[in-house]
Amino acid sequence: MRRVYITGIGQTPVREHWDRSARDLAASSILQALEQAGIDKADAIYVGNALSGELTGQEQLAALIADFAGLTGTEAIRVEAAGASGGAAVRLGYLAVASGVHDTVLVTGVEKMSDLAGPAVEEALATSTDEEYEAIHGLSVVALHALLMRRYMHDYDLERRDFAHFSVNSHRNAVNNEYAMFRRPITVEAFEKARLVADPISLLDSAPVADGAATIVLCSDKAAGKRANSSVEITGSALATDAVALHDRPNPLFLRAVQESAHKAYAQAGVTPKQIDIFELHDAFAILAALSLEASGLAPEGEGVRLAMEGEIALEGRTPICTMGGQKARGYPVGAAGVYQIVELVQQLRSEAGANQVDARVGMAQSIGGTGATAVTHILKSPE
Amino acid sequence: MMKPLRDVGLVGYGAYVPRYRISAEEISRVWKMGEDNLHLEEKAVPGLDEDTATIAIEAARNALRKAALDPSKLSAVWLGSESKPYSVKPTATIVAEAVGATPHTTAADLEFACKAGTEAMQAAIGFVGSGMADYAMAIGADTAQGKPGDQLEYTAGAGGAAFVVGPKDESMAYLEGSHSYVTDTPDFFRRPNQQYPTHGSRFTGEPSYFTHTIMAARTLMDELGYGPEDYDRVVFHQPNSKFPVRVAKRLGFVEEQYRDGLLVPYVGNTYAASSGIGLAAVLDKAEPGERILLASYGSGAGSDAFSFVTTEYITRGRNPIPQISDYVSRRKEIDYAQYARHRGKLVMY
Amino acid sequence: MSLAKHWRMQQQRYRLTGMQCEDCGAKLLPRRLVCPQCKSHNLQLYSFKGQGMVYSYTVVYDAPSGYDGYVPYPAALVRLDEGPLVAAQLTDVDIDEAYIGMPVEMVTRRLREHGESGLIVYGYKFRPKLKGQA
Repeated sequence: MRRVYITGIGQTPVREHWDRSARDLAASSILQALEQAGIDKADAIYVGNALSGELTGQEQLAALIADFAGLTGTEAIRVEAAGASGGAAVRLGYLAVASGVHDTVLVTGVEKMSDLAGPAVEEALATSTDEEYEAIHGLSVVALHALLMRRYMHDYDLERRDFAHFSVNSHRNAVNNEYAMFRRPITVEAFEKARLVADPISLLDSAPVADGAATIVLCSDKAAGKRANSSVEITGSALATDAVALHDRPNPLFLRAVQESAHKAYAQAGVTPKQIDIFELHDAFAILAALSLEASGLAPEGEGVRLAMEGEIALEGRTPICTMGGQKARGYPVGAAGVYQIVELVQQLRSEAGANQVDARVGMAQSIGGTGATAVTHILKSPE
Repeated sequence: MMKPLRDVGLVGYGAYVPRYRISAEEISRVWKMGEDNLHLEEKAVPGLDEDTATIAIEAARNALRKAALDPSKLSAVWLGSESKPYSVKPTATIVAEAVGATPHTTAADLEFACKAGTEAMQAAIGFVGSGMADYAMAIGADTAQGKPGDQLEYTAGAGGAAFVVGPKDESMAYLEGSHSYVTDTPDFFRRPNQQYPTHGSRFTGEPSYFTHTIMAARTLMDELGYGPEDYDRVVFHQPNSKFPVRVAKRLGFVEEQYRDGLLVPYVGNTYAASSGIGLAAVLDKAEPGERILLASYGSGAGSDAFSFVTTEYITRGRNPIPQISDYVSRRKEIDYAQYARHRGKLVMY
Repeated sequence: MSLAKHWRMQQQRYRLTGMQCEDCGAKLLPRRLVCPQCKSHNLQLYSFKGQGMVYSYTVVYDAPSGYDGYVPYPAALVRLDEGPLVAAQLTDVDIDEAYIGMPVEMVTRRLREHGESGLIVYGYKFRPKLKGQA
């Protein structure tokens, strides 16, 4: 297995890009990353995208993007795993380089959510659930997470407002991220008063779907050459799955795929959970953030929310999460999120995070599909 | 009078009424019409996720549990209704599939306004009585529509009643005989593209409801050699609370005989289920050896009359299978706006 | 709107049919090919009784297409008496009446229609138990 370095990153702001389509957004992030890496082509492109066909009628997205970005003919393929599409694309890019098949690859996450609105978007997002046994019952993705949150509140004696700290933290951090969709802080009171989407999950507890594209350049040590010393390295990479439907899991409140992928990544990277300085987790909803902390071994079962309540998830806390706003405030371009997480970790590990800088050597990024059926964890190490 | 060669009876029965109610007073609040002349308190309104098929399914499931019958033994599922969810596609097959009667069975929908359920019963009696089948199910179910502001809006309710016809020696109530009286009388009807029916006001009374009901009931009783005093209970079609009381009196019946089967003040006119629900209510209360007269009425027009006698099995399965009284007492009041939403009077497309 | 897709699910949706493992006795919903308990392939159809209790519940306000006409509607994970969890809507209950542990029973209701001219899909939902069960 070869070492894999990230030698370039690029990202578009996350928002409703009414005037730009997916190929546009993807290509601009690719060009940024290529320029930063000092290259003009790659051996392969892995495109993470969840809903291009559903929402915009476009499949075969990878070939389209390769051509539009001026890389016509390049090996290119789209990777789909719902909300974990970006992370899964990183995984494939990593495998391509680590295995020795390719020297330099691009991983691009792109999503175009804003061409449709309302029920049509909920219907599209519901494709990440079990269609025959969850979506058919009108159970949106939010509703499934709401079921988890309600049970968790019951089992661990918590109130809705206790979950506010995840959103409050994400919004606070996004203030200093120029690419973020929402850059104003929110209060616990605002969180409590926000309108319900699926009881007990409210609007301020749901990551806002939006448009965006982010790209990273992965290089083998040979291809990176001198740049390797100043590049962030991927030291752990693992993907695991679980039953798609909540009711098919023996304990719906325990994310087995998260545990499996996190522990494999720790083992590969040779680190323990305590050594993770930053955790870019998949905060589509507060409950998912809490359960991710628990299944990743960063909080005991039932203590994920309490960790947030105690302020330990803040930039200055023991386990900083969502340091550039996370899905909640940076915004959630579904299939691209996993690549944005890597971009943000790289900024942190390169000490380029500005006002949000955390003193970090090792960071972890985790991308989740649906209610936890796919989980991808990557561990990154700062340059020497 | 008609009587099959093979003795038959009701081996099981079941009914269902939805949970929601709208009061006559609330309808009157919107339309400012006097509701007093109908003596109705409230009527049953189907939920957003209910229709004739779902109502029929629950009534049928109750009937099969009452009968303790393996559903694959049913040779017919016949559903009478004027408010089918599909105009073309049998609702009876949905019910047959849901209760487990498929695939070796026959199924069809019947229409004869409020007597479609008892038409199905006549057919089921013939089917079993001829020896073609051992068990046949007849269902009457409706989610009736009343034109907003029309008098019928006060009474158009929703409900279902299902009866399993089988051999006499397995019956909870055996059949002594039946009679049907039918003419072409257009007292109430709906043309294909119309949302709401048209009714003939006072024409729906004497020449329609009363003539047909009285002729069917009296002919049956005469041919059986019975008078009203020979019956413990009587059930009529209940379009409102005045007609069944008046027809009972004209036929010589007294209040003790029809009281238990009169549900219209609480659930409204459940159309094809109306007399069936009344029959279910009296069967829920009857002791063995009681004689019961059922005379339905359907616009168009006609009446089916049946004479039943309960057996020792009549008390079987009274708990825990829901009785009609359990459904009647399960109620959630809604206002006119919610009612309009439930009944699809708000255009959604 | 797919006719076949819904048609092949009918028996499961109308009658809450799953599987029973002939080797370890586990009752499974939904249908599977392999018993998750003992890995046996010896599975037979089994129709659940439909009795259970609420494991968790929610009320949906922002619904996917096809369900937006029904909001707000309650939904739940129900723990069936025989063991499995099943996801379904609740019905015949006010949105503030549901609670964890509420005894419920299966009924067959409209899940959705495909517009004014398309297929009506029927399937299982759960309502508060009407009366005590034997």
